Amino acid sequence: MFETALQDLWYGFGVALEPHNVMWCFIGVFVGNMVGVLPGMGPLATISILLPLTFGIKPVGAILMLAGVFYGSQYGGAICSILLNLPCHPPHAVTCLDGFPLTKKGRGGAALGITVISSFVGASWGITEMIFLAPILVIVALKFGPAEICSLMLLGLLAGSTLARGSPLKGVAMTVCGLLIGIVGSDIETGTPRFTFGIPNLFDGVEIVALALGLFGIAEFMKSVNQLSEVDTKYTNVKFKDLRPTRDEFRRSIPAMFRGTLIGSLCALIPGTGPTIASFISYATEKKISKTPELFGTGMIEGVACPEASTHSSVQGDFIPTMSLGIPGDAVMALILGALMIQGIVPGPQLISEHPDIFWGLIASFWIGNIILVILNVPMIGLWVKLLTIPYKYLYPSAMFFVAIGVYSTNNDMFQVGEVIVIGVVGYLLLLLDFHPAPILLGFVLGPRFEENFRRAMLISRGDILVFIKHPISAVFIGLCVLLIVMQVYVRLRAPKSLPTEMALPTDHHAKVPEAAE
Amino acid sequence: MFRTLVKKRDFYAGGLMTLLGAAVTLDSMTYTLGTLTHMGPGMFPLMLGITLTFVGVLILGTAVVTPLGEDESILPKDREWYAWGCILAGPIAFIILGEFFGLVPATFACVFIPALGDRTATLKSSAILAAGVTFFGVLLFSYVLKIPFPMFKWGL
Repeated sequence: MFETALQDLWYGFGVALEPHNVMWCFIGVFVGNMVGVLPGMGPLATISILLPLTFGIKPVGAILMLAGVFYGSQYGGAICSILLNLPCHPPHAVTCLDGFPLTKKGRGGAALGITVISSFVGASWGITEMIFLAPILVIVALKFGPAEICSLMLLGLLAGSTLARGSPLKGVAMTVCGLLIGIVGSDIETGTPRFTFGIPNLFDGVEIVALALGLFGIAEFMKSVNQLSEVDTKYTNVKFKDLRPTRDEFRRSIPAMFRGTLIGSLCALIPGTGPTIASFISYATEKKISKTPELFGTGMIEGVACPEASTHSSVQGDFIPTMSLGIPGDAVMALILGALMIQGIVPGPQLISEHPDIFWGLIASFWIGNIILVILNVPMIGLWVKLLTIPYKYLYPSAMFFVAIGVYSTNNDMFQVGEVIVIGVVGYLLLLLDFHPAPILLGFVLGPRFEENFRRAMLISRGDILVFIKHPISAVFIGLCVLLIVMQVYVRLRAPKSLPTEMALPTDHHAKVPEAAE
Repeated sequence: MFRTLVKKRDFYAGGLMTLLGAAVTLDSMTYTLGTLTHMGPGMFPLMLGITLTFVGVLILGTAVVTPLGEDESILPKDREWYAWGCILAGPIAFIILGEFFGLVPATFACVFIPALGDRTATLKSSAILAAGVTFFGVLLFSYVLKIPFPMFKWGL
């Protein structure tokens, strides 16, 4: 077991170290780091923009790059939080609490240094977890029939929609909307066009690029336009030599780093609890076990190290269910899965054996990418800090062009551009009604496979709906679903306002900050 | 009670989902439903439609039981109608100019018009930004990625 995993990893390095793959990985993490730093741009919007550009690249390179954007943006997001006190990337919102006070004390550089180290530690553990856990999951998952896959998908959808931010009910509503959008187009078995309103361009279904760019591009721009005040760059003069933490700071952050890593990797295993929840939980834990909890919020280095480590270990761990089971935990993973499907690769447990180059290449590229990120972030910190001053008014119009040309180039069809406008307006309306559109993407990506497996399970069981409870593994998943719902109802009824996601968001920052979608 | 209810955001959120769910449910009846063993194209949408209606009603229910919050207005505090219009007009201009005049004018308009939406933007700053993006964008998409979209053309 151990040996085969290492052998496969070795093979993965062979794939990831091919020059063009290194290049894609570098571009991915570089762009990721950049958008992470820029206030008002999130990894979701960026991955959606880059998605149409990857159609021409080989699948391995495309996935390495898109994944790189995701974890690269986590490095950048921390810079934004610590130096500007702008929690524009949800996973790094808690880092503001102690990161910014440190900056005010003149230790911002050290906080960044510790962030880079803890990020690397967290990420390394997340990757290791993936190397050994994913193949085991696959062995189990390959035994699944349609009924088991169906219940597992139901669990994934339910967790993804109720554990994310905002009201769980609204999350479920968004997931169902996503499933419905996934239905648009010709029925796979009978060819009947469904919900196409007679428009032939919709017979192939809604384009994932148009959906993602509408929801996370246009809708987000409409939300953020004229809402970002000039950033206060008073504290952003950080140089390479400032990054070195003192011996005491270093000694205090090491245990915090490992605790954060552990919490993050546990959170990654529960579908739906992405990096944001991991970082909130780890900050709360760190504060609770600290000898001086009253000092948190005044610039404790542990309060930076712990959530950052957990964010990164959870970011890497997020890939485990996505790549091994084909079930994404959040919208970013859904997009990456969508990218795989565009390349003609069927996600699911057979992915590792059928496309080992993608799976092991991706894992190996995580190491390479994280090393590149450390190199990018340490000596070049001055460059990233300069990027903080790029105003939003130049960003979003440029992004609009990429939105328009991106959706156009998916099919060379102007209809898609119209589609993205409509989706953008609807997405903004949903945002105004307090819906978080991220689960839409989750439902959209899983929808067709969910329906297919559901139909197949019903066919095999001759229309017996109880088949989902009769199969033991499937029954466990259904049981977990019920448990999840009961837990949510219980938590809501007991203390409606004390959920971890809403708990500790810093409210005292001076600027109105649009949170970029996760 | 109804007076306060119609002020709540969740009332509209729940109402929208309920209506959408009902519409989907009714529409999926027009497709073949089939049996559980051999499901037709209408069965799965029907199930989703019913679920969505149910969830919508539950959201409406939470709107009824929760007290009126402080900020329940659906539109944000700053109503940026002009900026929103500019952002949406960008891709619309992209479609029209792209169909009739080619990639270069379409790109320019698609950056220029949304850029005007920012309060501090001027005609000049927007034009400079649009020109820059057009230059590099066309370079990237026409020469590197070679998408089939003529740079200039006249008419359909």
